[in-house]
Amino acid sequence: MSGKLLERRAERSGPKDYDHLLDVTDIHLAFKGVKAIAGVSFHVDDGELFAIIGPNGAGKTSLFNVVNQVYEPQQGDVRWKGESLMGLKPNETAERGIARTFQNIALFPHMTVIENLLTGRHVRMRSSWLAGSVWLGKAKREEIENREIVEDIIDFLEIEQWRKYPVGLLPYGIQKRVELGRALAMDPELLMLDEPVAGMNLEETEDMARFILDVQDELGIAIILVEHDMGLVMDIADRILVVDFGKPIAEGTPSSVQKNPNVVKAYLGEEVETV
Amino acid sequence: MKGRPLLYTSYEADQGLLNTTSKKVMLGLFLLVLVTIPFQVIPGLQFLGQADWLRLLSTTAIFAIGALGLNILTGLAGQVSLGHAFFMGVGAYTAVWLGGPEDGPLLGLGLPIWIWLPAAGIVAALIGVAVGPTAVRVRGLYLAIVTLGLVFIGDYLFRNWASLTGGAQVGRDFPPLEFRWWKEEVPVIDFTTPSTWFGLEVSGIAKTFFLLALLAGVYTLLAKNLQRTRVGRAFMSIRDRDIAAEIMGVNEFAYKLLAFGISSFYAGIAGALLASFLTRVIPEQWNLFLSVQFIAIILIGGAGTVTGALLGSAFVVLLPRIVQNFTLWLQSLALEGEGLLGAIANVFIATSQTDFGLINTMAGVGPGLSVAQLNLVLYGLLIIGFLIFEPLGLFGIWLRIRNYWKGWPFTY
Repeated sequence: MSGKLLERRAERSGPKDYDHLLDVTDIHLAFKGVKAIAGVSFHVDDGELFAIIGPNGAGKTSLFNVVNQVYEPQQGDVRWKGESLMGLKPNETAERGIARTFQNIALFPHMTVIENLLTGRHVRMRSSWLAGSVWLGKAKREEIENREIVEDIIDFLEIEQWRKYPVGLLPYGIQKRVELGRALAMDPELLMLDEPVAGMNLEETEDMARFILDVQDELGIAIILVEHDMGLVMDIADRILVVDFGKPIAEGTPSSVQKNPNVVKAYLGEEVETV
Repeated sequence: MKGRPLLYTSYEADQGLLNTTSKKVMLGLFLLVLVTIPFQVIPGLQFLGQADWLRLLSTTAIFAIGALGLNILTGLAGQVSLGHAFFMGVGAYTAVWLGGPEDGPLLGLGLPIWIWLPAAGIVAALIGVAVGPTAVRVRGLYLAIVTLGLVFIGDYLFRNWASLTGGAQVGRDFPPLEFRWWKEEVPVIDFTTPSTWFGLEVSGIAKTFFLLALLAGVYTLLAKNLQRTRVGRAFMSIRDRDIAAEIMGVNEFAYKLLAFGISSFYAGIAGALLASFLTRVIPEQWNLFLSVQFIAIILIGGAGTVTGALLGSAFVVLLPRIVQNFTLWLQSLALEGEGLLGAIANVFIATSQTDFGLINTMAGVGPGLSVAQLNLVLYGLLIIGFLIFEPLGLFGIWLRIRNYWKGWPFTY
């Protein structure tokens, strides 16, 4: 990785005046009668790789939607660098530096790879519709500068050969990579990855794991990873939160979580207790 | 880079509008043809220089401006609007209020074109932004219905506000295309009467054509630039996936509103130009059919592409004339009635009151469709045909031809 994105890392490494980068406390989210999340709290620090795991329907993606303010929880608070995000619009959370990929790819299928990544740059660009229409001076310069950043990301993710294809035509594994690229283009401080290796073969999974680790190490971006591939999670996560039916059942390092009896119960079921 | 036309050494060159030699050559040729059309010098295209064809080409230019606007809203931002005719009407009546005669019986301030034309766009855009918040809360077909409502509100308003519009079925004269600095007696440039430019005799309609083609060219450039920069991408991201767009930082509501505003601006300009070009317009002109024509232009040309909006405009405006010429040709064959061709033509054409035929060339008598009705049927068939077989429209067909020759003689 080169250029502008690394410079941004240097800018970020100044002194901080907050406890945690992201601090989620006691979230309760219900859709009518269905309790999707019931009292989940966690925090993520700068540059940390935090994983959230749990069986299907445990509320992992809903947690992402709460952080992004797509869903409004009935109770609880999400604080970003000490400032509450509650009541903001999703696009305002993006401006603050929270980027995200989706479980079912949500790229813009009719746009090319370059256009998709440039759309990720949207929050970091300024030029208005009028300046863009005239294509003079600042607007033009901005387009070309951001194209350079996008090319850095394309280079990093090794998708050079696809850059001018509409993403709808690309293979699944490449689309997942482009989606990671689009999130990186937002120049985030927190990256939320929703099942980045779902449906991938071993080789693609290993590639993606390498990219995730590079993002963490080289760019110093904190990551929240939701994933069902336990091998991947246990290998790369710093800390893990396990949720089941919307409730947190364990939190800690990979090795401690693996031994936790609650986790074993949630994943493998339990024996019927007899009195 | 000689011999390697696709090797770029700067992002600026790669992102340029004319980033290949063939694009440059084709645009140059196209402009050359446009400039020389009224002088009838290019063999084979001389007929385009006749007054009636120049009128059609001028209309095409106006429709192209309107279509570019709808393309921004429908093609880029994905919001299907049937309200385009309403905003064109708003533009036209703003123009006539500002530019109409001061001393006439109807509202008018007698201001010059450099005020009334931009004002037509701006007022339409403001009204677009004002009604936008109610419209952008709904999507797809629901939005189409909401904007359909606009057309009917406009229709009622225009028919009844007689002091501005001249009243139902009556209409009023619109300010002509002429440039004045202020309210001088004699305009600085009059685009509707013949004169001599650079030693060349230029007819009135030729001057109108040059003005409108120039305006269409400017708006095409603006639309193209908008599409390839930050705001254009934001529009497309909302079209493709609105939730993801928001999470990427695009304020969905604000950008939908902006798309509405820009699109209405283009519509206002097109409406003012159309009214001015036609000189007299009745309020019923700004009806649903006009909106549908613009939807047809976008779909036939290719939604979401600037080239498509231009191709579609030419197609929709020129189609009636081509159909008419074709029918006349069939009729002449049928009347001669000789040989196989004559017999085939006779099947399609009703030549007398008792003769059976699909198309009737005599006004209002006998069976068959009139030429105008045939045009309507063809619009419908073409929209359906393009939606099913070529969703990218004429632009898609062009892409396919281009890609075929790119790889020629190989298949890919």
